[in-house]
Amino acid sequence: MAGSIYKKPILFAIVVTFTVLSGSIVMMLLPMMSDSMHPKLSTLKPYTPLQLAGRDVYQENGCFYCHTQTVRPLKAEVMRYGEYSKAGEFAYDQPFLWGSRRIGPDIAREGGKYNDDWHYKHFNDPRAMFADSNMPAYGWLKDYTLDPQGMEKRMKALSFPCTPADLQALAGKTKLDALVAYMQTLGSAVPRKAEAAMIAQGEKNPLAGNADAISDGRKLFETNCSACHGINAKGGIGPNLENNEWLHARSDETFFSIIANGTTAGQELEGGKKTKGGMPSWHETLDKKKIWSLVSYIRSLKGK
Amino acid sequence: MADDSVYEWRAVKGFCLSGLFWGAVSVLIGLFISIQMWKPELNIGPFLTFGRLRAVHTNGLAFGFAVAEIFALSYYMVQRLTRRRLLFPKLAVVQLYIFNAAILVAALSLLAGFTKSKEYAELEWPLSIGVVILWVMFAVNIFGTIIKRKEEQMYITLWYLIATVIGVAVVYIVNNLSIPVSLTKSYSIYAGVNDANVEWWYGHNAVGFVFTTPILAMFYYFLPKSTGLPIFSHRLSIVAFWSLVFAYLWTGAHHLVYTPLPDWIQTVGIAFTMFLIAPSWGSVVNGYYTMGGNWDKMKSNYLTKFFIIGITFYGLQTLQGPTQGLRVVSQLVHYTDWVIGHVHMGTMGWVAMTVGASMYYVIPRIYDTEIYSIKLADTHFWLVLIGQLIFSISMWILGIQQGSMWKAISPDTGSLTYTFMEQVTANYPYWKVRTLGGAIFTVGLCVFAFNIVMTIVQAKKNQASAAAAGGR
Repeated sequence: MAGSIYKKPILFAIVVTFTVLSGSIVMMLLPMMSDSMHPKLSTLKPYTPLQLAGRDVYQENGCFYCHTQTVRPLKAEVMRYGEYSKAGEFAYDQPFLWGSRRIGPDIAREGGKYNDDWHYKHFNDPRAMFADSNMPAYGWLKDYTLDPQGMEKRMKALSFPCTPADLQALAGKTKLDALVAYMQTLGSAVPRKAEAAMIAQGEKNPLAGNADAISDGRKLFETNCSACHGINAKGGIGPNLENNEWLHARSDETFFSIIANGTTAGQELEGGKKTKGGMPSWHETLDKKKIWSLVSYIRSLKGK
Repeated sequence: MADDSVYEWRAVKGFCLSGLFWGAVSVLIGLFISIQMWKPELNIGPFLTFGRLRAVHTNGLAFGFAVAEIFALSYYMVQRLTRRRLLFPKLAVVQLYIFNAAILVAALSLLAGFTKSKEYAELEWPLSIGVVILWVMFAVNIFGTIIKRKEEQMYITLWYLIATVIGVAVVYIVNNLSIPVSLTKSYSIYAGVNDANVEWWYGHNAVGFVFTTPILAMFYYFLPKSTGLPIFSHRLSIVAFWSLVFAYLWTGAHHLVYTPLPDWIQTVGIAFTMFLIAPSWGSVVNGYYTMGGNWDKMKSNYLTKFFIIGITFYGLQTLQGPTQGLRVVSQLVHYTDWVIGHVHMGTMGWVAMTVGASMYYVIPRIYDTEIYSIKLADTHFWLVLIGQLIFSISMWILGIQQGSMWKAISPDTGSLTYTFMEQVTANYPYWKVRTLGGAIFTVGLCVFAFNIVMTIVQAKKNQASAAAAGGR
């Protein structure tokens, strides 16, 4: 009678063990043995000592409790964050840091989105960039310098290539420098999505000079742009837009494209000007009308 | 105390009170971090930031509170059900001291930023080894006492305890394997997608074997004990037990829906998650039918309502959880506060209710007295119930709002309707409501702790006066 197992604790424990192991073997152990669980993109590079130090800082401060690092293959998500995450992007991640909650945004595609200055300013005082942000300030990380010897051990533990020059580069660097360097690696194994051309060649601003649009544009500027370009566009991390003769001489089309698609270092803009880059793209978050309103607002600042 | 010659209560008492202490600390931290959500200035780096305190909150409640009460109540139940003294009483007392030292060091280490960064497996490798040692001590006493039992038949509770001991050991050891670099730093031996799969195979079963099977063990023991009603169906318990223990280990991938984890693992995980409704509800139905025609006990016996409302939340939890696993629901609520509401229904509803009532049953018996105040116990019940409902319901509403705002696309322009910051701004009223719910719950818990402490104080007084009357 099967009922007798309830009188034999050792037999009972053995049966429980096999029962528990069945699912574990099929769902965890067998996949682990297969190649499909260990993919690696050819473009993926191991972390440098500075980047790994930044990743360690990210771990020790529990950043993954508020930020995910995996973009799901869903329409709105790809629009908001960029290309969806690939299995082969994480081969050097021990542990993985996908997270489980988005109190802040996903940052799988954060690398290259903003420049280093933006990150320093943001870590130092998130509310200076986004007034309603609830992110803790991390400026205090700059008080902690990195330990090159400790990093050498960590690089060895993970079998990542590490030259003496890499380690020397850590001298004088702080935990904040490391964290910013790590931010810039995120998503770098996947090419940034080709930006969609959102307007026709030669298209003019339909809202040029429109008073409502200028007023809307000012509000949009205050919430989205003033953190970098300063109050009233007088400049900060980004250039002064108020008396920017070069900018105000540009066509509507170029103006629109800089806001919609951002800039990358060395990119050639209208009139042969090479940009330093660092302007993030906004077309994921601001629709066409909002961007034209911003153009109207910024144009209204000329000569003030 | 009559039973003292037969049974070993020192470790039971010690773990009961230790769990109560660490539970209170961890709940207060939870309350504090809920305020940090809407008052970010309260993040004081480096030690008192949300990213560090959250780990202290979750680990404090899982290990400091739940595991302590599991040790305490398991040692109580195993002695009663085997009709004998714990096989190694001294070992249990040593375990108690090591446990408290480990929890203290664990809390400080998490504040210092020493973390493996895998949810519910944050503790760095020396502490993980400590957890394993404590668990082995527990296993030795549980198995030893059961093997040397004086009651031939093993009751349902013992099945769940055996499954708990084995289940936790398997998932904890496998997921915590690391490459140590120093005493305070290690890296996972697994990488990327594979690490994610191992972690959530573990993570879901930490829930399964810490917040489910041992709590069911308590439910199956203390519900009949406190009501005087035998469990409705032995056969149903058998079916529910084996199918639960079988299915749990297949389901972890439902935490990774729409991630780069291979689709087949996600799909099989979701399928087994749906299956898991059956054994979960097997216990729910068994509990309800045990009450049979005796529903008046909800009023007349102060403990019954804790167990029945507790198992009701377990029932709701095990319907809501599988629903969330479905792709169509996951795409909306995953990564939102909906899940936070879900978790807290399980912990503040099912676990806190069942463990609380079990302690109300055990403490007077091992201290040889009556409960200090049934009225306070009733107050405790209503406060934790109302607090938890405010918490969970506000988070469910907010979760749906978050998911909807994230995916909203304007039909006119085809671009996203809301920026991320616009969504964050919409969270604040709900986060304040959650803090209110948490505060009410915390007050309820304080009433509970006061009631337990006063019961013990009363027992000591009675003993002293009895000793005086006896002329000793």
